[in-house]
Amino acid sequence: MKRKAPRTAEDLRGGLFATVPTDEEGTASWRTITPVIDLSKCTRCNVCWKFCPDVAIGLDGEGFPYVKMEFCKGCGICEHECVPRAIAMVREE
Amino acid sequence: MIAAELLARAAFREGKSVQSFPFFGVERRGAPVTAFSRIDDRPIRLRTSITTPDIVVVLDPGLLKGVPVTAGAKPGGLLLVNTERTPDRLGIPFDGRVATVDATSIAIAHGLGSLTQPIVNTAILGALARVGGFVGIESVVAAITEAVPAKPEENAAAARDAYAGVLTPAEVVG
Amino acid sequence: MGTKEIVTGNYAQSFAAKLARVQVISAYPITPQTTIVEKLAEFVSEGELDADFIKVESEHSALQACLSASAVGARTYTATSSQGLLLMHELLFWAAGQRAPVVMGVVNRAVAPPWSIWTDHTDTMAQRDTGWIQVYCESNQEVLDTTLMAFRFAERDDVRLPAMVTEDAFYLSHTVEAVDIPEQREVDDFLPPRPRTHVLEIGKIGRLGSFMGPDLYMEFRYSLAEAMGQARRAILDAEAEFERRFHRSYGGFVELYKADGADAVLVTMGTATSTAREVVDDLREKGKKVGLAKLRVFRPFPAPEMRALAGLTDRLGVLDRSYGFGHGGPAYLEVVGSVAGGPRKPLFRNFIGGLGGRDLTPPVIEGMFDALLAGDGDGDEVTWPDLHRAEEGT
Repeated sequence: MKRKAPRTAEDLRGGLFATVPTDEEGTASWRTITPVIDLSKCTRCNVCWKFCPDVAIGLDGEGFPYVKMEFCKGCGICEHECVPRAIAMVREE
Repeated sequence: MIAAELLARAAFREGKSVQSFPFFGVERRGAPVTAFSRIDDRPIRLRTSITTPDIVVVLDPGLLKGVPVTAGAKPGGLLLVNTERTPDRLGIPFDGRVATVDATSIAIAHGLGSLTQPIVNTAILGALARVGGFVGIESVVAAITEAVPAKPEENAAAARDAYAGVLTPAEVVG
Repeated sequence: MGTKEIVTGNYAQSFAAKLARVQVISAYPITPQTTIVEKLAEFVSEGELDADFIKVESEHSALQACLSASAVGARTYTATSSQGLLLMHELLFWAAGQRAPVVMGVVNRAVAPPWSIWTDHTDTMAQRDTGWIQVYCESNQEVLDTTLMAFRFAERDDVRLPAMVTEDAFYLSHTVEAVDIPEQREVDDFLPPRPRTHVLEIGKIGRLGSFMGPDLYMEFRYSLAEAMGQARRAILDAEAEFERRFHRSYGGFVELYKADGADAVLVTMGTATSTAREVVDDLREKGKKVGLAKLRVFRPFPAPEMRALAGLTDRLGVLDRSYGFGHGGPAYLEVVGSVAGGPRKPLFRNFIGGLGGRDLTPPVIEGMFDALLAGDGDGDEVTWPDLHRAEEGT
């Protein structure tokens, strides 16, 4: 299905509807630093998952966190809040 | 934006009216960081985005490949690029004067920023003082010394080096 | 003598609040206001400003903190924008009803949905019924000066109303230009400490916010209307005094630019005014007799000035940088309403433009003047120039 980005007042008559699903669009273009999680230090306290303002950290089947790269904006809150200090923000090249 | 603000300070020292602003929007990775300045002898009343610049300054030569940096530039204007290439070898169509300066090397030589991310904005302002024709190097150096948060002397020296080292086509020999 | 600094509109607010020696600041960050409060926090932490900085969890709480501090006599300041201002809405009525002379900087930003961080006057226009004095600025200098004046006219005993000083997002808030920052001593002379009348004090009986039946509520609202009427005088007096001391003024409520005898006059607010001045000069050079009226103070609404303006020209246009679903934009409605009772009714045109940060460029503004000049007789029309419409037949 061909999706057209809105350009005119007529295009917006239906209201605000996304033309692209969020997992296709993502919100990662903001990111300049990326969280790297050292799972050997992780205690599965879930604090990073809880604090992430973009719900960009998920928990896998064993309860370990992973970063959803298509959504992470690189704000660094997870690194700041991580209790065992298992997360480091690394600059992307 | 720091460069645009320093430029405003420098021009202001010479009695000019100034207006500098960043790109009005969220900055995104992959999108070039842009800032704008208006400089005039009369008070500036226009408060709009700048779409037809007289001068385009490119701090990151990597942008030349994918970004239409000269879009909207007025014919007969100035394009100043941070690059090790000489103006005749720039390879960008431009209706106006072209100048180049290796601000990256100058910045690294003065210990500004890192090897992977040198801070070139003060150097490029020095080059602009030479080829822009609207602000002098002493004003630029004074603005840098007064307003740069770190390493003011190194930044000022970088500006002077770039002032001396900027190239226009007339200066390319051979 | 002041010193000239290269600062943003936001920092101009911060410097003004510092010079005014505000005693309590409470604010919540929101783009594009954030740097106003960050700068003030810096002033406080470096000991340059002796104020209590109350950190809160929302704009609603921020204004409430200011109102409580104001109730016991403190000079208070806050700042916000868009959604933050909307969140404060119920308390804006409280501020006026409480007769609290809080001064608030508002960075004009469009309201959601959809999310927009760009300039638009809808946020402050949506507060026009709350009883706040509202002033729209076109330069960073005006932002600083007006904020200083605001404390003076808001705190006057016969006014005691809150005041908001607005600046367009990005065009002023994030744009640096030269601003004369007055000396503290000069500001102290212009702005003495807030008078301690009508405040809650320990040992004295007092209460704010009583319950009131139909036999008296109307009279209370009338007292607010009177206070807003008194604000007219207070604003003019403050400006006259400011001009005497600092040699700068802004024409009071409505500043005319080449409007006398013009074939068409456009009323503008905020930074659009600044650009429009250039357009007026350009068009005048081309032989078109056009003029400009800067609507600076929106509350109290300058009806007498608008009525006088209608007497100067046959064609009066109003550029609204917001839309409120009335018969035209909010500024238009009030201009037309003011003129209705007057002797002269020009042709009216409303231009809705610049919403959500849409740039109001010289060509767009020129188009508005041309549309005005093309009109004849009377009547009114509401248009949205520069709207992206689908082409006919596609």
